Amino acid sequence: MAHGPLQQARRVRPALLAPLATRSNALHAGAWWLWALGLAAAASRTRNPLLLALLIGVAGYVVSARRTNSPWARSYGAFVKLGLVIIAIRLLFAILLGSPVPGTHVLFTLPEVPLPEWARGVRLGGRVTAEGMLFALYDALRLATLLICVGAANALASPARLLKSLPGALYEAGVAVVVAMTFAPNLVADVRRLRAARRLRGRPDRGLRGLFQVGLPVLEGALERSVALAAAMDARGYGRTADVPPAVRRTTAVLTVGGLIGVCLGTYGLLADQGGGFGVPVLALGLAAALAGLWLGGRRSVRSRYRPDRWGVRAWVVAGSGVAVAALLIRLGALAPAQLNPPTVPLTAPELPLWPAAAVLLGLVPAFVAPRPPEST
Amino acid sequence: MIRFEDVSVRYDGVPKPTVRGVDLTVEEGELMLLVGPSGVGKSTLLGAVNGLVPHFTGGTLHGRVTVAGRDTRSHKPRELADVVGSVGQDPLAHFVTDTVEDELAYAMESLGLAPEVMRRRVEETLDLLGLAELRDRPLATLSGGQQQRVAIGSVLTPHPRVLVLDEPTSALDPAAAEEVLAVLQRLVHDLGTTVLLAEHRLERVVQYADRVALLAAPGAELVTGPPAEVMAVSPVRPPVVALGALAGWDPLPLTVRDARRRAAGLRERLAGVPVPPPGGTAPAGVPGDLAAPRRERRRGLLRGLLGSGRHQHPEPAADEPYARVSGLAVRRGRVEALREVSLSVAAGETVALMGRNGAGKSTLLGSLVGMVEPFSGTVRVGGLSPHRTRPQELIGHVGLVPQDPRDLLSADTVAAECAAADADAAAEPGTCRALVARLLPGIDDATHPRDLSEGQRLTLALSIVLTARPPLILLDEPTRGLDYAAKARLVEVLRDLVAEGHAVVLATHDVELAAELAHRVVILAEGEPVADGPTADVVRSSPSFAPQVTKIMAPQPWLTVSQVERALVTPPDASGGPGRAPGRDSTDPGPEEER
Repeated sequence: MAHGPLQQARRVRPALLAPLATRSNALHAGAWWLWALGLAAAASRTRNPLLLALLIGVAGYVVSARRTNSPWARSYGAFVKLGLVIIAIRLLFAILLGSPVPGTHVLFTLPEVPLPEWARGVRLGGRVTAEGMLFALYDALRLATLLICVGAANALASPARLLKSLPGALYEAGVAVVVAMTFAPNLVADVRRLRAARRLRGRPDRGLRGLFQVGLPVLEGALERSVALAAAMDARGYGRTADVPPAVRRTTAVLTVGGLIGVCLGTYGLLADQGGGFGVPVLALGLAAALAGLWLGGRRSVRSRYRPDRWGVRAWVVAGSGVAVAALLIRLGALAPAQLNPPTVPLTAPELPLWPAAAVLLGLVPAFVAPRPPEST
Repeated sequence: MIRFEDVSVRYDGVPKPTVRGVDLTVEEGELMLLVGPSGVGKSTLLGAVNGLVPHFTGGTLHGRVTVAGRDTRSHKPRELADVVGSVGQDPLAHFVTDTVEDELAYAMESLGLAPEVMRRRVEETLDLLGLAELRDRPLATLSGGQQQRVAIGSVLTPHPRVLVLDEPTSALDPAAAEEVLAVLQRLVHDLGTTVLLAEHRLERVVQYADRVALLAAPGAELVTGPPAEVMAVSPVRPPVVALGALAGWDPLPLTVRDARRRAAGLRERLAGVPVPPPGGTAPAGVPGDLAAPRRERRRGLLRGLLGSGRHQHPEPAADEPYARVSGLAVRRGRVEALREVSLSVAAGETVALMGRNGAGKSTLLGSLVGMVEPFSGTVRVGGLSPHRTRPQELIGHVGLVPQDPRDLLSADTVAAECAAADADAAAEPGTCRALVARLLPGIDDATHPRDLSEGQRLTLALSIVLTARPPLILLDEPTRGLDYAAKARLVEVLRDLVAEGHAVVLATHDVELAAELAHRVVILAEGEPVADGPTADVVRSSPSFAPQVTKIMAPQPWLTVSQVERALVTPPDASGGPGRAPGRDSTDPGPEEER
């Protein structure tokens, strides 16, 4: 009996469904960042509120479909709120300082503060026009969209995992950042605990003074914790080095130091008035030497990596969808600029252009391709 | 495997060496327990094994320490990382990464093991320690026992041949401690790992040890031997050993099982003997049989003679309890930290709050001092609503000694701390200093609070709290890190305070402390009280909260060694006080003393 289309569909469907996320199939953190930066780049090309809203919707949908319940995933809400604050501030400024956009529809008029002669060009108060407000709103919406895209990347990709993908020579910097990230919440907890403890001694536990007075004990506690952590890291083999031939060690030192000197000289050459000629080549040479030094220096480190994120097909698709959205919007923007930047003078209702909207919807691909996080426990 | 040869360690700026002339050999596959009072240098010895002393801490080490043939003099801690794994008391201070799996892999990454090897060992370790379910969890979300198991796992993955643990169960509730000790047991028996362990809570670990090394006093010679022999001369001993010594059993029992099999005679001898109150003094006006009027107690005595362990219901207290919590709920975000909690504490009463880590004990204490705002329900302390009362007024009504007494201390000398406490409490200058002199004799004014021992710091914090004369005193986990001597001292101090009419509420994992002090025990689970009653009744009915003496003497309601001691020393009816009926002397222990 031949396989009917139904049977075939049954076999194909599970292959199309995204698998449940585990550590092995975890999407590379870099892929999420590329996707989000792609959306952000697309947002930066348009001022059409409908397209921007669509971009926010796409980012939000992917976040809600694919974020885990880890602490960093909760940061998305904070970014959205920050976006709203930016819109509010922008509108407030547009009301107070007026808008360069000429308009005829006056909403209301604020009393205008007379400013001295030297501050001409700045206006305080005065007419508030619908056109001006609308322009400010579109502008702020674009900025908010950019922020929300960054927030989406932050929520979807673990910052610690991103740092783990750094090259070996920059590993120490990555450790420093990870340790700092785990320290920050501890510090906040310390401040809370010590402020609460002030209450136990009959001192006010609220207000700024209380906050300042716990500063020293909190710092002491943080210092103690760092020392304990350093001891633990040392006892667990942090900083073990491999034996490298003295020649390699010397070459590393020469390359790194020489490279850094080259970078300094090159920068000076670029910024100084005379001798601009030698700036660029020396800078490039210095950079190359310093990078070679870093690479050679990496050979001294014996570290290996436990289950690094792999850049697989799904990572290509996710990153590709973001890049595609950016590329398409840039292209379409060049073809039909009016669709992406609807005029505010005269007042018109913005329209949703078909092709750019379809391009933005490409950004939804990760919601179906990326491995799905397991149900929250 | 570990060899100390004539080791002395002296830290910079300290006149006397912290440890002197230590010779010790720990054989391969042995679990050695290091015991001794606080401040004798146990941590120093443990730190010397992986070279943190003196490479990291500074100071001078004389003599020689070798681990698996490597001299710590020529090997830095990081170069010993593949043979020695060390875990401290606070697992959070030990974590470098943020999830369980990464933490397990960290040490192997540092050693540069091949990815396949790392993968295999992480899987093995997850199974060995029962962590497989938690592999992706952020470390901060784990319970105390789980964190400690991850910390142990994180040093196990490089397959060290030696494991060094400094008080691994001190901060854990009884069940979590069992979890961790079961893992150690398994490592020693299945993998032949050599373990060197220091722990104050001997009642938890002594039965697992192959040998015990005792540092009886600072600078004293190290005594090593089989646990039963060393315990016979040790100044620190768990209740099961103390009971064995009291009853004259030889060799001394180390486990409840050993003791129970020997205790048949003792139980027989004490059958029908009235159980003296654990505190020795029964507070006046306390509900429950411990403070029942004498007539009532005689009836209890009679019942005891008849072999019934039942206790009568608490009599309603004549006056309103000093603190009353009713229907209290506390929320942290969406989490209900406390639900439907009701509790009343009368003057002169000691209440122990027990329950696993995170059950809401500290939250309940926090709501009694107004650090935590009730979501619903009421909290009344001395007629006040704590979270609405100004701190300055509140400290005259209730005082809390927090889990880490250092939180309370901010000045750099004891004298300055005391002066600040007097000022805070608007007390007469010198009040706090007088309290310190009484509770903690022989402390110099110029001492920095940081240089005090754990027990001394706790007592200093208690003195500061007492300066404002609050009738209600709360202590959060007061015996963490205390040795037996400091604990005994704390028990005495608290008993005196209770006798003076203070009410005391302690949150504790220490069942022996609760048995020793508390009139009443309240057990919390997931924010709800699941048991509330006289200590003897509550702890006897729960295997994990029962003190060792109770387990040995069940079904008789004995709680502490001192109770048994007093019952054995005095004729049983003497504790009944005057007014005893004649003819009760039939249970005189005299003839049985010969056995």
